[in-house]
Amino acid sequence: MRKTWSERIGFLMLVLAGILVLLILGMILLDILTKGASVLSWEFLTQAPRKGMTEGGIFPAILGTFVVSLITVIFAVPLGMFAAIYLHEYARPGKMTRLIRMSIRNLSGVPSIVYGLFGVALFVQMLKFGTSLLSAGLTLGLLTLPWTITACEEALKTVPQSYREGAFALGATKWYAIRTNVLPYAVPGMLTGVILGLSRAAGETAPILFTGTAFFLPHLPKSLFDQFMALPYHLYILATQHQAIEKVRPIAYGTALVLLGLIFLLNLSAVWIRYRYRQRMRG
Amino acid sequence: MSVRNLNFYYGKVLALKNVNLDILTNHVTALIGPSGCGKTTFLRCLNRMNDVVEGARVEGQILLDGEDINRPEVDPVQIRRRIGMVFQKSNPFPKTVFENVAYGLRIDNPYSKAELAARVEKSLRDAALWDEVKDRLNDRAFELSGGQQQRLCIARALAVEPEVILMDEPASALDPIATLKIEELIQELKKKYTIVIVTHNMQQAARVSDYTAFFYLGELIEVDRTEKIFTRPGLKKTEDYITGRFG
Repeated sequence: MRKTWSERIGFLMLVLAGILVLLILGMILLDILTKGASVLSWEFLTQAPRKGMTEGGIFPAILGTFVVSLITVIFAVPLGMFAAIYLHEYARPGKMTRLIRMSIRNLSGVPSIVYGLFGVALFVQMLKFGTSLLSAGLTLGLLTLPWTITACEEALKTVPQSYREGAFALGATKWYAIRTNVLPYAVPGMLTGVILGLSRAAGETAPILFTGTAFFLPHLPKSLFDQFMALPYHLYILATQHQAIEKVRPIAYGTALVLLGLIFLLNLSAVWIRYRYRQRMRG
Repeated sequence: MSVRNLNFYYGKVLALKNVNLDILTNHVTALIGPSGCGKTTFLRCLNRMNDVVEGARVEGQILLDGEDINRPEVDPVQIRRRIGMVFQKSNPFPKTVFENVAYGLRIDNPYSKAELAARVEKSLRDAALWDEVKDRLNDRAFELSGGQQQRLCIARALAVEPEVILMDEPASALDPIATLKIEELIQELKKKYTIVIVTHNMQQAARVSDYTAFFYLGELIEVDRTEKIFTRPGLKKTEDYITGRFG
């Protein structure tokens, strides 16, 4: 009897913990939805802010986040993919490889503000890209790189060794085997990881704070070396830095909603890609 | 092929000790012995598949047409085109039946579409699989039965026209009927190819091979004509193994 009681209590606590977590998440979502939905409109998505950001839309911030994410992808994905291929397929296991792998894992735990400072030092000042789309995109790229590399390596790990050996046994060179008989089956898994990393980067404020994003810009950026507005930073300003915080609160919630929607879409596409991938691997 | 004074190390562990073996052209040589005796390691030495294993080191000579395949200037990729391999667990690639067989042919891709199709068909015929899959060439290889998958892997190995085919327990995961088909196939293939087969199954070695080599603890204990090994083995240890007293 005692055992069943402790069993029941344990089960109850697990269920309660689960419900609590879902409840909190649900409340946050509901809060943002109810308070942000009122400002959502076609104008909100397509127009620039007006009258000291108390009216109008958030289009420049949406565009900024989109473009900066694109730069992040272009920079981090090929680099991370190739690094992962090297680490998993070519690097000889040993102290050095272990050290590299450990450093990469540790880098993924470095606070994003540190990446921001590093981005200022490297891209803004040393390479003289200025506070710009390019600097911010590259900084976010650095931030996602550890995630990208780890995700790509995990994806390579899921491809059975027998595909490689089978190809070698037919006289394939290592690179040919990897290119034709490993990568095609790893790429969808890689993409899933990359998208999840990107969705994290898209919501980051600290790394772009010093490297490229602006409080308010009357014009859209014209080149990669221009400053830009971004959704997370815009949200931060509206929520804490604006002179009429109460007045712009609905716009802040609307911005949060758009950002959430964007990240939700990214995650959804990751799930979809993984689903397609599983079907393909099943043959 | 002939193997002279072969030593093989995994790191510091000596896995094969001074192995000498002649593998006769157009004959089937079976490698038998208890698990962990080095037969698979030996097989993988023959097409330099152990190159990809960390810490592997080879001493001695492995001669293919009188040339040592381990000389530094020899490209292992070329060796593997001449010495094909079929693995213990059939490993079709997640591609179509056709693309599986065509994989090795596409590596340098010197063939026209028609030529490629003809070669795929010929390989499938040689592997006694054509009649079963001729209408399923664009199906995924995973949809074939286990025995068909293994014969597909044999067809894939035949397609690149090797001189020698190494088989690592090719029927160990198959049912008796599929096993029988593989064994019949081996009899057919030895007319054109030299075959080395690792097997755990004594009856199989007796049925398919012309020569049998008995490995024990990394050493080649005895090699002779198969009927002699199974009727009048020269050494007590061999007799003990084939009669099932250990192993």
